[in-house]
Amino acid sequence: MTEADHRSVASVAGLTLRYGKVTALKHVTLDIPAGIMVGLIGPDGVGKSSLLSLLAGAREIQDGTVSVLGGDMRDAGHRRLVCPRIAYMPQGLGKNLYSTLSVEENLTFFGSLFGHDEAERERRITELLAATGMASFRDRPAAKLSGGMKQKLGLCCALIHDPDLLILDEPTTGVDPLSRRQFWDLIDSIRLSRPTMSVITATAYLEEAARFDWLVAMNAGEVLATGTAADLLERTGAPDLDRAFIALLPGEAGDGDRGVVIPPRDPGESEIAIEAENLTQKFGDFVAVDDVSFRIAKGEIFGFLGSNGCGKTTTMKMLTGLLEPTNGTAKLFGQEVDASDMAVRRRVGFMSQAFSLYSELTVRQNLELHARLFSLEEARIPARVEEMIERFGLEDVEHALPQALPLGIRQRLSLAVALIHGPEILILDEPTSGVDPVARNGFWRILGELSRKDGVTIFVSTHFMNEAEWCDRISLMHAGKVLVSDTAEAIKASKGLDTLEEAFIAYLKEAMNAGGSAEPDETVRPAGAGGPASALEQKQGFSLRRLLSYSRLESLQLRRDPIRLAMALVGSLILMVVIGLGINLDVEDLTFAALDRDQTTVSRGYIADIAGSRYFIERPPLQSYANIDARMQSGEINLAIEIPPGFAADVARGRKVEIGAWFDGANPNRANTVQGYIQGMHADWISGKMREALGSAALSGNFELVTRYRYNPDVKSIVAMVPAVLPILLLMIPAILTTLSVAREKEPRLDHQLLRHTGDAPRIPFWQATTLHRARHGQLPFDDGDGGFCLPGAVYRQFLRLCPFRADLCHGQHRARLPRFRLHLQPGGGSLRHSASDHDSGGAVFRCDRSGVVPARVRAGDRRDLPDHPVRHRGSRRFFEVLRPRPNDPADVGDGAVGPSHPGILRDLSEEAGGVTP
Amino acid sequence: MKLDNVRNLGVKELRGLSRDWMMLFLIAYSFSLSVWTSANSSPETLSKAAISIVDEDQSHLSSRILSAFYPPYFVPPHIISAAEVDRRMDAGLDTFALNIPPDFERDVLAGKSPAVQLNIDATRMSQAFTGAGYVSQIVSSEVSEFAAGHRAQAATPVGLSLRARYNPSLDPTWFGAISSVIQSITMLSLILTGAALIREKEHGTVEHLLVMPVTATEIMLSKVWSMGLVVLLGSAFSLVIVVEALMAVPVAGSVPLFLAGAVLMLFAMTSLGIFMATVAGTMPQFALLMMMVLLPLQVLSGALTPRESMPEIIQFIMLAAPNTHFVILSQAILFRGAGIDVVWPQFAALGLIGTVLFWLALRRFRGFLK
Repeated sequence: MTEADHRSVASVAGLTLRYGKVTALKHVTLDIPAGIMVGLIGPDGVGKSSLLSLLAGAREIQDGTVSVLGGDMRDAGHRRLVCPRIAYMPQGLGKNLYSTLSVEENLTFFGSLFGHDEAERERRITELLAATGMASFRDRPAAKLSGGMKQKLGLCCALIHDPDLLILDEPTTGVDPLSRRQFWDLIDSIRLSRPTMSVITATAYLEEAARFDWLVAMNAGEVLATGTAADLLERTGAPDLDRAFIALLPGEAGDGDRGVVIPPRDPGESEIAIEAENLTQKFGDFVAVDDVSFRIAKGEIFGFLGSNGCGKTTTMKMLTGLLEPTNGTAKLFGQEVDASDMAVRRRVGFMSQAFSLYSELTVRQNLELHARLFSLEEARIPARVEEMIERFGLEDVEHALPQALPLGIRQRLSLAVALIHGPEILILDEPTSGVDPVARNGFWRILGELSRKDGVTIFVSTHFMNEAEWCDRISLMHAGKVLVSDTAEAIKASKGLDTLEEAFIAYLKEAMNAGGSAEPDETVRPAGAGGPASALEQKQGFSLRRLLSYSRLESLQLRRDPIRLAMALVGSLILMVVIGLGINLDVEDLTFAALDRDQTTVSRGYIADIAGSRYFIERPPLQSYANIDARMQSGEINLAIEIPPGFAADVARGRKVEIGAWFDGANPNRANTVQGYIQGMHADWISGKMREALGSAALSGNFELVTRYRYNPDVKSIVAMVPAVLPILLLMIPAILTTLSVAREKEPRLDHQLLRHTGDAPRIPFWQATTLHRARHGQLPFDDGDGGFCLPGAVYRQFLRLCPFRADLCHGQHRARLPRFRLHLQPGGGSLRHSASDHDSGGAVFRCDRSGVVPARVRAGDRRDLPDHPVRHRGSRRFFEVLRPRPNDPADVGDGAVGPSHPGILRDLSEEAGGVTP
Repeated sequence: MKLDNVRNLGVKELRGLSRDWMMLFLIAYSFSLSVWTSANSSPETLSKAAISIVDEDQSHLSSRILSAFYPPYFVPPHIISAAEVDRRMDAGLDTFALNIPPDFERDVLAGKSPAVQLNIDATRMSQAFTGAGYVSQIVSSEVSEFAAGHRAQAATPVGLSLRARYNPSLDPTWFGAISSVIQSITMLSLILTGAALIREKEHGTVEHLLVMPVTATEIMLSKVWSMGLVVLLGSAFSLVIVVEALMAVPVAGSVPLFLAGAVLMLFAMTSLGIFMATVAGTMPQFALLMMMVLLPLQVLSGALTPRESMPEIIQFIMLAAPNTHFVILSQAILFRGAGIDVVWPQFAALGLIGTVLFWLALRRFRGFLK
């Protein structure tokens, strides 16, 4: 060992980390030597990832001290200084990559964050890709890479800025053994070229931990032991690390473990339970499963061994009928799998890869639900549930929610659920990934029991070699093909190798050479990415460069997300058209019918006036009050008019007479408008009658009010609506898209956000980038709109509430079009002309609204103050109107009758109708 | 298809929902507070309209007109010069500008019928149109009062007895409250089922269900009935307790009949929810899609603005949407007290649309499961 041994790259003391009630790290004290490769070993959920993220500066330190590269990580100044020297690759296949971006774009993005100029970036990318053998996949989207290649790309992204400390969190989980081996070789060669670099890594494969220089065994938030692999083996006296780890476990946890001994199978059984013949599954061009055949005898444990994405799950799905094979047949109990055959499903138990029980139901409820779904007799269910709880040791957690349970117990629960109906075949898709060795051994003992005692056929997939050795027979699978299918011993013997892993690798190499697979069988070259050991100048605080990198990233991502892109480009447009056209505040085409009890020319004239307006459509006359009720109730008519008997005679004699009008008040805004229309028409009718009787002098007033409707002379609702909606759309859509872009970043891969911190890009540029990017797409930057998506309904409601027209809708204050009724009563009819000759005929134009009616006359001089506006167009005539109130002089009209324009009449009418006047 | 499975899976959905605090909050909020606020939050008719007056007359009459504008309908008027009118209106400072010409009082008294100009910013729809009526009435009553020397009451030769049915005082709260319940039904039925399916998909439990002896139809029906039931109970509560009892809004027709209509509506909307969830895939995308679907559905259904004033083509297209029919039937039942004899065509249409949507959703759902 070198002198690097004497100093430490990182050290933690008294480190404690809690997530709510869960304690992830318990008072951990650790000194990690520099310049070597350090491995953290232990099952899932023991605090490995937490420790690594704390070392990377990606998580806040709660208790204790962390010092990395010679400084305290609590100190923001130090963090800013060292973070660019640390590269961190979070857990999960390709989780630090942008899956829609190509290999090159991913690298360019990460490179640009660290301020390399284009030439420098290009040089590094080329070197890294060459070193990892990925040069030929430059333009392939990250999502389409295999697991191993994703991890290599992730490594490239992490290495692009020559870090001094490389932190890898389970980089090889789920990757096939060959790629795994290549990955570690790659790391070794990089370390050769940069001997000062320290590597801290975590792994779930204890067999690969033997490669590491120094190990940290962790369990339940505590460090069990540290030292070289040899040290650990020596200390525990165990033959391999797996058993050494179990021996290290404190107290009973380790003692209770008996290892896994599965008695040999009675070879007499020959009935075939599962049979696959030439199974093939294609997704488009991609062949997920290629011509797979096997037979599994009853009671046999059959294992599928292969990397993530090699087709294990797809094969299982075809066997369970979840997927229809493109080619070939799958048979269970000699019968072809038929997705609609419920009887076969009852004989099969399936446990899928991820924990897929209902996290909102308790353990017992989950068991009960599945028992019912498999139609166990209601009377037998409690006993059966009890039996399963007992057998799988779930007594203590019966009423707990699965989410609160450790992974090992959840896996037992999944198995209990899969077995609740006593199936004859059990299909298990990677049942033990992430479970600690003790729990895994326990799990396998149960499987052994099921197979040997109950005669259950078990078909299990795994990527752990030692699990594979417990199976009666295994199939090695790679890239959709079965490489070999035999007992573990026979497979080892056929290649003359000691371990299954070696044998698998040998088969993989053979397959690649034969098939010329896309997977590169590269010879690892030493990475030359080192270049000049450029101390990166990391500007602190805001950086325009990073802002632009993020902006570019955002635009690239948006361009490849059709739903978001559609929303950004046409969302506003669609909503604007919908609102602008759909919300038409003009009230027209109202239906009315009349109950004419008079049947004279006068009464018919009255009705004809209404029918002649464009606002009303006449329906067949009414017969009775009952008729009014029925037709209004169905909504067929909005207005009913009743003219009393003797109407014409009473009008002629000047006797007091009333016309009855009922209108539908259900929708108050429309009702207000309708009310105004009726009042207007009524007053107009009266003024017409008076003009007939007394001549136009009766209608002269003492002043005129000239009204100009500016900016929207045609008074169309769309003119007012669209500009009002525009700001709301501009406010909503960028906010939504920004929220979505943040949510995408946060939700599926939390680590990404962490990575940003590690890359020391302060949050601000990220926010700015998303906003800036929206702004570039023609939308104003607005708010980050944080947190809108957990409650889409609330957002939506808010939207409705924000609409300016909504208040209007509730009130119905305005209508967009102004009624014009003048035409029916005016002698000479025709259009409205503003000439002296029209003066006397007095073309009356109505302005009616809630406050009442304003009949008036258009006169020659009225346009004197107005811009020259063509009046040929009907709509344009409403450009102005004249109010001409009459003096309240009875002599003018005689008989005490009052001109229609007097405010008095308005007040009376509207009060009668329950309206309000100012 | 086994009804037992549908029931068991539905109970599972309900249990799941009972642990989803966010959704429970949304349901409670939509059926109580939201109904109350949307009915009561409506501002007064004309409130503090901005008005400026150009007084070129400076007479007794003009000052009477000036002092006739006061809150709450108008802000106290700005006295400006004629030259300022255009600039102020362009800047959006005034909604109304009244111009009283020189010698106005003299001309009125002389019977010369002088003109007063009223400029209105017609882009401020609601204030502009109501306000114009108010302004003309105020001015004319001031002028005629001045000319006559007293206020006068008048009688009409032919009276008009105008009655608003179903809502005699045209109280906007009635309409607002009930419309809000209808909107909540539409929105929640869509969100709940969509979210239920997406939640399953995100947890990976859909696949798990499929290897059990249950069919796609059973899975879908279980979601339809359980989420529909929640919304139905919510709307019944909202209508009877919040709207009728607490807000004292009378409901004219039969609540059970309305709820029967709501059942059909829920059938259609929950199917649509499932359809959208299969299209969207993830929750944020679903939310995005919901904006694009729900907004046009609600805006164009006739719940907000009367259907007959929309362009014909939109009216026609919207006949295919379930909530158009639901709005028609619920307005007929709740406002006008209509019975099944009146609203059966809407029931039939909803049933038909629901069946088609269910079938489409089922087809997509099956494909989505593959």
